[in-house]
Amino acid sequence: MALDLGVFCKSTLDGELVDHCFSAVFGLGQNADPSYLDWLLKAWGWTLAVAGLGLTIALILGAVMGTLRTLPNHGPFSRLLVRFSTAWVELFRNIPILVQVFLWYHVIPAFVVPLKALPSYWLVSIALGFFTSARIAEQVRAGIQALPSGQRMAATALGLTTAQSYRFIILPMALRIVIPPLTSESMNLIKNSSVAFAVSVPELTLFAMQAQEETSHGVEIYLAVTFLYALSAFVVNRVMAMIETKTRIPGFIAASNDAVVH
Amino acid sequence: MKTYLIRASVFFVGIASAQLIFAASPTLDKIKSSGAVTMGVRESSIPMSYTTGDSRFDGYHVEICRMILGDIKDKLALSTLRINYQPVTSQNRVPLVQNGTVDIECGTTTNNLARSKDVGFANTLYVEEVRIAVKANSGINSISQLAGKKVATTTGTTSVQLLRKHEKANGVNFDEVFGKDHADSFLLLESGRADAFVMDGSILAGNIANAKNPKDFKIVGEVLSTEPIAIMVRKDDPEFKAAVNAAIAKIVANGKMPGLWNKWFLAPIPPKNIVVGLDLSPATKNAWANLNDKPAEDYQKK
Repeated sequence: MALDLGVFCKSTLDGELVDHCFSAVFGLGQNADPSYLDWLLKAWGWTLAVAGLGLTIALILGAVMGTLRTLPNHGPFSRLLVRFSTAWVELFRNIPILVQVFLWYHVIPAFVVPLKALPSYWLVSIALGFFTSARIAEQVRAGIQALPSGQRMAATALGLTTAQSYRFIILPMALRIVIPPLTSESMNLIKNSSVAFAVSVPELTLFAMQAQEETSHGVEIYLAVTFLYALSAFVVNRVMAMIETKTRIPGFIAASNDAVVH
Repeated sequence: MKTYLIRASVFFVGIASAQLIFAASPTLDKIKSSGAVTMGVRESSIPMSYTTGDSRFDGYHVEICRMILGDIKDKLALSTLRINYQPVTSQNRVPLVQNGTVDIECGTTTNNLARSKDVGFANTLYVEEVRIAVKANSGINSISQLAGKKVATTTGTTSVQLLRKHEKANGVNFDEVFGKDHADSFLLLESGRADAFVMDGSILAGNIANAKNPKDFKIVGEVLSTEPIAIMVRKDDPEFKAAVNAAIAKIVANGKMPGLWNKWFLAPIPPKNIVVGLDLSPATKNAWANLNDKPAEDYQKK
């Protein structure tokens, strides 16, 4: 079938062609009606904003919770922290993401009234961030537990406190190990951000559903949206690969097979 | 002479019905060979087309479609015709009719020019008026009072575009919130996340009737848009569309429409015995009197 990409240059108001495809976003046409391309880019911006905010929350909480899950048994407080982080992980990874989004949007604000004032993209970002944090926590825990136990013992033997041994010995190595699975999680988060349409964030999926209805050009609209999702996820992939290369320590783990021999 | 005329008319009716049966209509062929037909229905478009639970579907359009299919069953001389119900959404209804998953869609689809490039529409039996639902104590009476307020509408409906056009034309700004379906949009109004819900009058009335406290809500303001809601069929099958329209003409000629209106819009309807309470509009009455498949664009010109 023939693709009619001209649909993106049509006005969102009356379906007529506009003078400049980027009329509103870059101010090319003075006071021009926004085109579907303008709307598409705006929607992409929303997707990136929700995903970026969610990823920030997820990385911070995930690293903290994953670390807490591996705390050595040093008395009731550390046991409490281990239990809390385990509960956190089980709670947020056992509930489907769409249900969590609805909980944060419809249910929790009914009990915690100040949350009603938060814009919906914040609530979605929190939901996405918490959901992903549970998954990241498990990966961080796996990274920490993948380290030889001698590392922790050596840190203790040097007289480092628990906090110091995590800060200087364990986490710098564990976080490097988990960069590949974190890449997948970050890409997943971009794709999962599509649930935000359900609570009225005007992101790419909502754009696709609405614009294909208005233009009857579903194939072109969905192709463009697919391309932008794929592009966003790929950029995340490249950025993470760059971080992986930049932070690589020669001779440490998979960087070189020789390291295993020594 | 008289017998000749009768014979001639019998002959021509015979040709006409033979054409209906044997014409190259993929849909009619499929119905005849499989003894089954797939009706596209909506889940929550009370009272037009909705589920009454246990994957049973009913409503104004669904009942009309059952009558139409009954007529087609007789025309095809089938002893039984199984009706499969396929729930559709605003997003997938056009593709599902296009690709043949759904033979006849009996929901709440606006007949407009953009869609009629992809699908065919039977003659209109219901003319929708887009209205505003607000909380009864909100003091909002007109769309002009909605400037700067939060206005809910449903993703994938023509109302979204309608609101945008209105904003542009009148220089006002709404804060739009989008529900993923009508029930969701109504929840936005109910929970106070939106100050108004702009949608087709029948959907507003249906959702209000279904609410915990129907008295808390009211439909206000001017008619924002008038749109013909029609039964959707495949575009490349004019014979099937003609058969559907013939059945519709028969239903209207038999004077069944006022009764159907009372049944679905003014009397208690299943499953909860609520009353939608939407009076018959002059526009709908006019559509029954002059059966036509004019698209929404023609209504706006008036």
